[in-house]
Amino acid sequence: MTGPKIIFYILAFSTILFSLLSVFDRRILRAAIYLLFVLVAIAGLFYMMNFQFLAAVQLMLYAGGIVVLIIFSILLTSQINSKLDAPKLMQLLAASFTALFGIGISLYTILPYVFKPSAAPTLEVNMRNIGLQLLNTGEQGYVLPFEVISILLLAALVGIIFIAKRSRT
Amino acid sequence: MNLQAEIPLHYMIVLSTLLFFIGLVGVLIRRNLITMLMGIELMLNAVNINFVAFNHYLYPHRFEGHFFALIVMAIAAAEAAIAIALIINIYRKFSTVNVDDVDELKY
Repeated sequence: MTGPKIIFYILAFSTILFSLLSVFDRRILRAAIYLLFVLVAIAGLFYMMNFQFLAAVQLMLYAGGIVVLIIFSILLTSQINSKLDAPKLMQLLAASFTALFGIGISLYTILPYVFKPSAAPTLEVNMRNIGLQLLNTGEQGYVLPFEVISILLLAALVGIIFIAKRSRT
Repeated sequence: MNLQAEIPLHYMIVLSTLLFFIGLVGVLIRRNLITMLMGIELMLNAVNINFVAFNHYLYPHRFEGHFFALIVMAIAAAEAAIAIALIINIYRKFSTVNVDDVDELKY
């Protein structure tokens, strides 16, 4: 066992463990906190794969933004110590059957497949390259999705204000 | 750090598959809108792991997976914000966030 392997196993194990806890814990506030742990572990995985910028965005956006929003909405809509209803047995069985079936199909398809890495020289992941590609209009440029995302975020902002404001009547 | 030699790509895919279907179970077994939203966040994160892993292992000369994951995150943020605005609005009208009790389109 070497260093990266140990770190990967710790991150993968905590991801799976906390996501299971987040799904099956009936105290909703704790489920949200377990979701936070899952997101932090995934940020660690991104960091392992050398995508430091993406890991930082994951921590800021998910751990700092979305989990806080979810906790706010939990506090606005339910008592802190209220428990969720236990799922019905049929529902639980159907959901686990679906999940196990899906996992089986996916792994049966993927595991025997041999992936061939590209032989092209590695592009260093640093902020300079990321910024140049993100705002480049030429080949390997991503300025169009970047602008479309900004319009989407603006539309979402306007829509949220419209939905959440109290109606006058 | 040579990650390819230490951890095969299949490990990452197995991890993201498990995470995706755990999120699916979370969406299916709960009737509370907020926990269903949390299940969807888990599924989106599983997809992000896949994008980033394929980018890092198979196409290290491009950033496609990186930008795709970035855009998925932005859309997830917009989606979570809109979902929570809707949840709070539903709670005002029905005083509950249980999807089985919210069965009227017009009040």
